[in-house]
Amino acid sequence: MRSCRDISALVSQGLDKKLSLSERISVRLHLLICSRCRNFQTQAQFLRKAARRYADDWESRWRKK
Amino acid sequence: MTVCELTEQSLSAQRPVLFRYALLQLKDCELADDAVQETLLAAWQASASFEGNAGLRTWLIGILKHKIADHWRRSARETTIPVFENLAEEDEDCTEDDFFLDDGHWNGGPKAWSDPEAALNRQEFWAIYELCQNNLPPKMARIFMLRELVGLEADEICRDTGLSDANYWVTLHRARLRLRECLENRWFNPSNKEARHA
Repeated sequence: MRSCRDISALVSQGLDKKLSLSERISVRLHLLICSRCRNFQTQAQFLRKAARRYADDWESRWRKK
Repeated sequence: MTVCELTEQSLSAQRPVLFRYALLQLKDCELADDAVQETLLAAWQASASFEGNAGLRTWLIGILKHKIADHWRRSARETTIPVFENLAEEDEDCTEDDFFLDDGHWNGGPKAWSDPEAALNRQEFWAIYELCQNNLPPKMARIFMLRELVGLEADEICRDTGLSDANYWVTLHRARLRLRECLENRWFNPSNKEARHA
């Protein structure tokens, strides 16, 4: 069994690259039973969305300064 | 692009990424505009020397870095000249140990957030977001911003910063752990007492 520490790192990597089959299976099984890692996954995706939104407004924000 | 032909369109399509890259370095829109303009002009004039192997964006960022360095050389009144890659040095206090127990379980760990989407429409949220992002240690902040704000790919960031692949993934992950925790403590669940890095 992989730990939350390992799984969260894989979740993070999974946002940016395709994980191996065994990694994907480990993550999926772990997320079934672990709400905190599930929360991490949702929140990491949210961070990406927020960062992109921030970047979109970045220019206008700076121009106002 | 098999024949690596440069067109005005293919160059200007890269403008947003270049601008955000320049803004990250120069922290000034006018200067960033100028640097990007000079870069595109230089690229256009030197298009014959573009080999296409490294990819258009990598090539353009290479030129842009020179333009930014030129700017810093010109502005001699600046007391400290910022450097590009001080990333060899590790951020202090940057392990995952605070986030996990010895057995690998979360120490505290991500709680459910109620309605994060709504936060995106709140001006106060963005002040907190900016604060949390600025609170990241320098190397983490740079990697995170190159990836999520500028929009570079992992291999481009590794080339740009000289970071190893493994180091890149670890650093980006730690940035997410921190940013997540900071937002949780300061916005989504401010009653959290354990504000470690916030």
